[in-house]
Amino acid sequence: MLLFVTGLGLGALYFLIAAGLSLIWGLMRVLNFAHASFFTVAAYLAWSASQHVPADAPGLRLIVSLAVGTAVGGAFAALTEIALIRPLYARPTGQILVTVGLALAALALVQGSYGSDPLQVTLPDALTKTTSLAGAAIPNSRLLVIGAATAVLGLLVFFLRKTRYGLIVRAGVENREMVTALGIDVQGAFTLVFVIGGMAAGLAGVLAGAYDGSIDPARGTAILIFAFIVVVIGGLGSVTGSAAAAVLVGELQQFLNFYAAAGVGDFAVVLLLAAVLLIRPGGFGGARA
Amino acid sequence: MTPPRTRALVLVVAVAVLAALPAFGITIPGLFDGPLGSPGTLNLLALCFVFGALALTYDLVFGFVGLLSFGHALYFALGAYVTAMLLARAHLPLPEALAITAVLALIVPCALGAVCLRVSGIPFAMVTLAFAEAGSILVLQNPYGLTGGEEGLPLDGSMLPAAFVGVVNTRNLYWLALVLLIVTYAVAYLAVNSPPGRVWQAIRENERRVEVIGLNPYLFKLGAFVLSAFLASAAGVVYLLLQGGANPGIASANFTLALLVMVVLGGVGTLWGAVLGGVAYEYLDFRLVALANAGVVQTLPAVLRVPLSEPLFILGALFVALVLFLPGGLGAALQRLGRPRRTANE
Repeated sequence: MLLFVTGLGLGALYFLIAAGLSLIWGLMRVLNFAHASFFTVAAYLAWSASQHVPADAPGLRLIVSLAVGTAVGGAFAALTEIALIRPLYARPTGQILVTVGLALAALALVQGSYGSDPLQVTLPDALTKTTSLAGAAIPNSRLLVIGAATAVLGLLVFFLRKTRYGLIVRAGVENREMVTALGIDVQGAFTLVFVIGGMAAGLAGVLAGAYDGSIDPARGTAILIFAFIVVVIGGLGSVTGSAAAAVLVGELQQFLNFYAAAGVGDFAVVLLLAAVLLIRPGGFGGARA
Repeated sequence: MTPPRTRALVLVVAVAVLAALPAFGITIPGLFDGPLGSPGTLNLLALCFVFGALALTYDLVFGFVGLLSFGHALYFALGAYVTAMLLARAHLPLPEALAITAVLALIVPCALGAVCLRVSGIPFAMVTLAFAEAGSILVLQNPYGLTGGEEGLPLDGSMLPAAFVGVVNTRNLYWLALVLLIVTYAVAYLAVNSPPGRVWQAIRENERRVEVIGLNPYLFKLGAFVLSAFLASAAGVVYLLLQGGANPGIASANFTLALLVMVVLGGVGTLWGAVLGGVAYEYLDFRLVALANAGVVQTLPAVLRVPLSEPLFILGALFVALVLFLPGGLGAALQRLGRPRRTANE
C-alpha cells in the first residue's frame, strides 16, 4: 500500500509537469524543454521566500512556498512565451531550440546562485507525520502531492470543458488553422496555456521539495524526461490521457524499482514508451500526432 | 563561388598548419594559457577537434536528414564506455577492444534506429531521448561494478601502447584527434555528396515526395542514423584516450542538448559549420571557466558575478540570442561577412 501511494505521488508529480507540456504541445506544437526550468526556478525561489517566514511557523512557510512557486512558475512561463516563443511562431524548430537554450541557462544560473548540492526543505509536523491507510503508514506529504494533483486535474478539466477559453484551447488543439480562420485570437490562448503549464510546473517544483524533503537542481531535468514519456504515452494534447499515463508510469517505476532492483523501473518505463510508440504512435487517448 | 581547387588548397594548408602546431612555441596571450606546443593547450585543442567531429556526426542526422534526435550522446558514450570497460575490466589489448567496440557501435544503432525510425518528428525525438536516458541510467546504476557509476571509469593505462600514455605524449593524442576530425569530415563529405546523401537531403525537404518517387525513406534514414552513430562512437573512443577516462556526464541528456547547441551555433546543414560550432563550444566552455576565475569577474557585484561564472549560462543565453537573431548560426554570419573571412576561420 505504501508503495502504491508513493507511486501515485510520483505519478502526481509527473502529471503536474505533463499536463502543461501536453497542452502546450497540443495547441502550439512546441516541445517545451524549458518546462524543467519553470519547475526548478519556482522551487528555488519559493525556498528563498520561505526562508523569510519565521521558522516556528512551518505551516505558513509551506503555504508561502506553494503560493510563490505557483506564481513564479506562471510568471516565468508567461515571460518565456512572450519574449522567446512569440517571435519564432514561424519557425517550429527554432522554438524548440530556444527552450533548450533557456533550460541550459536557467539551470546554470540556479546552480551558480544556490550551489549544486541539495537544499533541505523544512516541513510542518502535519506533513512529516503519517496517516494509517489500509494498514500502512503513509507520510502525509505523499497525500498532499496526490491531493494537489487531483485538484489541478479537476480544475483543468473544468477549465477546458466549461469555460470559453477552455473551449478555444480545445478547439485549437483539434484544428488551429480553423480557429484562427474563425477570427478568434489564438495568441491569447497560447500565452494562457503557457501560464497554466508554468503554474502547474511551479507547483510541482514546490511539491517535489515536500515529497523528497529537499530540492536540487538536477531534479527538474530528471522529472522532465519522464514527463515527456508520460505525455507521449498519454497522447499529445490530452490532459486526461496524461493523468492516466502519469499514474501508470509512476506505479510501474515505483514497484519495479522496489521489487526488482533500483533502475529497473526506470528501464521498464522506457521500454513501455517504445512499445506504445510502435503499437500506437499517437499514444492512448490522444489525437493523431 | 571560389573555385574548388582553391578551397582544397586552403584546406590542405590549414590541416598542415594544425598538424605542425605541436612544434610551435609561440604564446598567444588571451587565447590560450600556455605556448601552443604545451600539453595543456594541445589537450584543449584536441578536445575541440573531438567535439568538432562529434558535432559533425550530429549534423549528419539533424542537419542533412532532418532527424531531430535527442539520443546522440548514447553513441558517443557507447564508444567511450565499451572501450574503457573492455580495457579495464576484461583486460583486452587495445586493438581487440577497438574491434569489439566497432562491432557494437554498428549493432546497437542498427537495433535502436530500426525501432526509433518507426516514428518521425517529435515522437522520434522522444524515443531517442528515452533510449539515451536508459543508457544514462545503465551507466549510473553501475551494474556488477562495470561502469564505475557516478565516479566514472578511468582508463587502464597498462593496456595501451606507450605512445598514448603520459603528458609527454599529448602531441600524439593531439594528432589522433586531428586525424579523427579529418576522417570524420571526409566520410561525412563523401556521404553527403553520394547518391544516398542526396536522398537524405530530399527526405529532409519533403519525405512524402521521396516515397512517391519510389524510394524507401526508412532505409535511407536508418543508414544515416547508423553511420552517424558509428562515427560518434569513434569520437567517443578518442575522447576516452584524451581524457584518460569515461565519465557519466557524456551519457546524459544534457550532453545531447549541448550537441544540439553546438550544431546550431555553427550552422545547421553545413559540414564545416558544425565543426566550427563544436570547436567554438568546447573552447568557450573551457575558457569561460577561466574567465569566471579571473580577477576582474571576481570583484564584480554578485548580480553580475554569479551569471558570468557559469559557462553554461553564458552559452545558453548566447544560444537563445543566436536562435532569435541569427538563424543560420555562426556559419551564416561569417558567410555574410564575405568569403575571405570565412576561409580564414575554416
